[in-house]
Amino acid sequence: MGYQAKFKVWRGDAEGGDFVDYRVDVEEGEVVLDIMHRLQATQAGDMAVRWNCKAGKCGSCSAEVNGRPRLMCMTRMSTFGEDEEISVAPIRTFPVIRDLVTDVDFNYTKAREVPAFAPPEGVAPGEYRMSQVDVERSQEFRKCIECFLCQNVCHVVRDHEENKEPFSGPRYLMRIAELDMHPLDVRNRKEDAQEDHGLGYCNITKCCTEVCPEHIKITDNALIPMKERVVDRKYDPLVWLGKKIFKRQELEKRGPAGARSLDAPGPDNGSALDADRIGHIEERGGAQA
Amino acid sequence: MTDPGTTTAFEASEAEATGDTAVTHHTYDVVVIGAGGAGLRAAIEARLRGKRVAIICKSLFGKAHTVMAEGGIAASMGNANPRDNWEVHFRDTMRGGKFLNNWRMAELHAKEAPQRVWELETYGALFDRTPDGKISQRNFGGHNFPRLAHVGDRTGLELIRTLQQKIVSLQQEDFARSGDYESDLAVFHEYTITELLKDGDRIAGAFGYRRPTGELVCFHAAAVVLATGGVGKSFKVTSNSWEYTGDGHALAMRAGAKLLNMEFVQFHPTGMVWPPSVKGILVTESVRGDGGVLKNSEGERFMFNYIPEVFREQYATSEDEGDRWYTDADNNRRPPELLPRDEVARAINNEVKEGRGSPAGGVYLDVSSRMSAAEITKRLPSMYHQFKELADVDITAGPMEVGPTCHYVMGGVEVDPDTAASAVPGLFAAGEVAGGMHGSNRLGGNSLSDLLVFGCRAGAGAAAYLDGLGDTVPTVSDESVTAAREDVLRPIQNSGGENAYTVHQELQQTMNDLVGIIRKADEMELALKKLHELADRIPRVAVDGRRAYNPGWHLALDLRNMLMVSECIAMAALERQESRGGHTRDDYPTMDENWRRELLVCSLRDGEVTLEHQGQPAMRSDLFDLFEMDELKKYYTGDELGGHRSDAPRGTERGTEDAGDEAERSSTSVETGGDPGGELTGGGA
Repeated sequence: MGYQAKFKVWRGDAEGGDFVDYRVDVEEGEVVLDIMHRLQATQAGDMAVRWNCKAGKCGSCSAEVNGRPRLMCMTRMSTFGEDEEISVAPIRTFPVIRDLVTDVDFNYTKAREVPAFAPPEGVAPGEYRMSQVDVERSQEFRKCIECFLCQNVCHVVRDHEENKEPFSGPRYLMRIAELDMHPLDVRNRKEDAQEDHGLGYCNITKCCTEVCPEHIKITDNALIPMKERVVDRKYDPLVWLGKKIFKRQELEKRGPAGARSLDAPGPDNGSALDADRIGHIEERGGAQA
Repeated sequence: MTDPGTTTAFEASEAEATGDTAVTHHTYDVVVIGAGGAGLRAAIEARLRGKRVAIICKSLFGKAHTVMAEGGIAASMGNANPRDNWEVHFRDTMRGGKFLNNWRMAELHAKEAPQRVWELETYGALFDRTPDGKISQRNFGGHNFPRLAHVGDRTGLELIRTLQQKIVSLQQEDFARSGDYESDLAVFHEYTITELLKDGDRIAGAFGYRRPTGELVCFHAAAVVLATGGVGKSFKVTSNSWEYTGDGHALAMRAGAKLLNMEFVQFHPTGMVWPPSVKGILVTESVRGDGGVLKNSEGERFMFNYIPEVFREQYATSEDEGDRWYTDADNNRRPPELLPRDEVARAINNEVKEGRGSPAGGVYLDVSSRMSAAEITKRLPSMYHQFKELADVDITAGPMEVGPTCHYVMGGVEVDPDTAASAVPGLFAAGEVAGGMHGSNRLGGNSLSDLLVFGCRAGAGAAAYLDGLGDTVPTVSDESVTAAREDVLRPIQNSGGENAYTVHQELQQTMNDLVGIIRKADEMELALKKLHELADRIPRVAVDGRRAYNPGWHLALDLRNMLMVSECIAMAALERQESRGGHTRDDYPTMDENWRRELLVCSLRDGEVTLEHQGQPAMRSDLFDLFEMDELKKYYTGDELGGHRSDAPRGTERGTEDAGDEAERSSTSVETGGDPGGELTGGGA
């Protein structure tokens, strides 16, 4: 193979910017991220590109290639014609930092608002028992590499800045579903999803599912089942009565777990050594000190 | 993420004079550099022990290289085979490292790994399960029993996400108490640390920059935990990401710590070889653990020809026996595809060299003829996708082409096994950046467990160190900040100099070609000459543009770290005149038991990398007794074998505890004649 491709790459920052034309060599078997690297090495040493593993596992190199949100490392050049002009732009829903890099802190803020896994009381480490079929539902969602393409493409926030406050986006609604379906999580998460994270904004257009590089069925397997559970609960008269009587979620009062993890070393592994013994077991030579 | 930053008098006075080169200051108890498995586990431990902790990482939070780990976490929980326990795991680890391991680290690792894994479940991790609901464990190279806790072939992602979510959970507790998510545990992502700052001998802080803006930052902290991972970006064909530039190794050296075992670099036997742009990307060992076999261009399962003498009794000698092992491991020996990684990598290298390779210069890894398509996509889903989407190859329909790729550095910062403390007070290291644990070669699955066990110990060690400081807290001097700032700004101020990308490519090519999987003295001498030339060019690297998210500037600053670790690797590899684990000499092709007790240690003296010999302390007698004499004889010299339990009468003491004196005496520099196995290097017993 080996040819010169025509690229338009968005260059700029928060102040503004525009597409810049490049002609760049393409070799056999390359992906768009390879071309961005070649541009950096030969024509645009300061061009900002966020990437990491280059194997579709870390979810860093999200961009919009010919207007389609993609991972650049998973977009093969062979899917384009040799005379096709290829545009590469930063993902649109998040503020640009520079060139192809955007500020995705929105996602980290939302992640922090999802209440953490609530482990069952009185089950010691090592005594957790779950069946494979039960963990698989949540495991599907834990395949997520946090590329944020679903967050980027979701029309609730893509062109509606005002929805970013009440709506956590598919990635974090899916996280709530994941915890809700975790066999041992003891927290009720239905109200969380609806009241605190904006599940109601989602009108199941499946854009998130289509764009997911991990092929997670976000809409069908996470969002729709969550909506159904919320509805079941909302219209259940016993739950309604219960909520009137008991304040919601005593669980939230779980004290700050200041427990030292090494204080509870878990089941005996035949180790003669207490795990929390930090310090020398016996005097040793200076060579390894 | 928010900045709990403080402005000091220093910043206020400097800011006017220097404009945008002002420095933002932050103060914490513990600064953890690196947000992979080791860094996050260290941060969690330090925070649980009441310390205010900052986590600093070059990538976004949750993108660390740990996500690339596929196979699993080695821990002798005994869920798949109840005969497994820490002693068996310890033995496997020492064998895998060819007995060069720091035995105390290997002991702690084997004993504590199960607890660290079980703990992850209390953070919300969801491992694959056994039929009775326990954590499932899979086979892996060098492990005598199915031992790797796993989640399909994305175990590293599960580990990172679990620890990331535990950090968030701790932040939620802090928020409930203080009203600020980051009051006690803050993540500074997309920051790079360029220098450790000291007050006298002790750590006082760390200096660096914020990648998106180029803002200069100084962290004031009496304890720093290095968890920066490895050095693979010094090689051209590597499974490592851009972050693996040896930062922690170089930071530690410049701060006065020592690196050991740097000659031992693991080349993973199965990296992708086609297409060229993905050359080096990992193909998980679980493909072989789950039944995949290696074949050459003649269709032969060639690994049967490469079982080394030391492993002769543990591996199957016929294809039938090897195949039976997958279903009846108790009555059959494992197939040689599951030999330790160094053995398999050398075998593939040799097959290709002798003309039995695949068209793209690898060999065939075949799983399609041994498993149904449905089973492959179930057990190896991310491998299926990786080949489908990166190479347009369907692994359920035909074999993969694979070859060795630079994967892991066994060498690293010399630490105290129990506390992860380096020789520099206040400086700790855990995970890949620390050395010793894996000896000359790491077993698959022992990396993730290493991160957890020693990450935890480093966090605890740092907290204990701070508790012992009392009122004598070190402070950062203005001079050290000024010097660090000058180094960082140099590439921007240089003009018309070298191109960072070109220099990097030359460095990678040099290491790949001359200090790669098979090494020769004359090639390594040439490599050192080339590295010295690069050392002159790197200070002249100039970059275009501003500091805001400028990858050219970032690379220019990483280059000096890559150069320093490359020098360490080349010097140590030239010095070690034997082949062992991740160090193969064409001119010294066999293992030499006299070299077993020799450690090669690098440090900086007047800015130059210096190499010294150091004795390996003798193994504690109860651990020594875990091995059979027949096996020990393959690795040890005769005079080291006294005192083994096989020597009657029992109760005679081995001279383990003289090791310190011995080692000190043997710590003699290369120039004055480090004679392997000579009188200077007794090494105990």
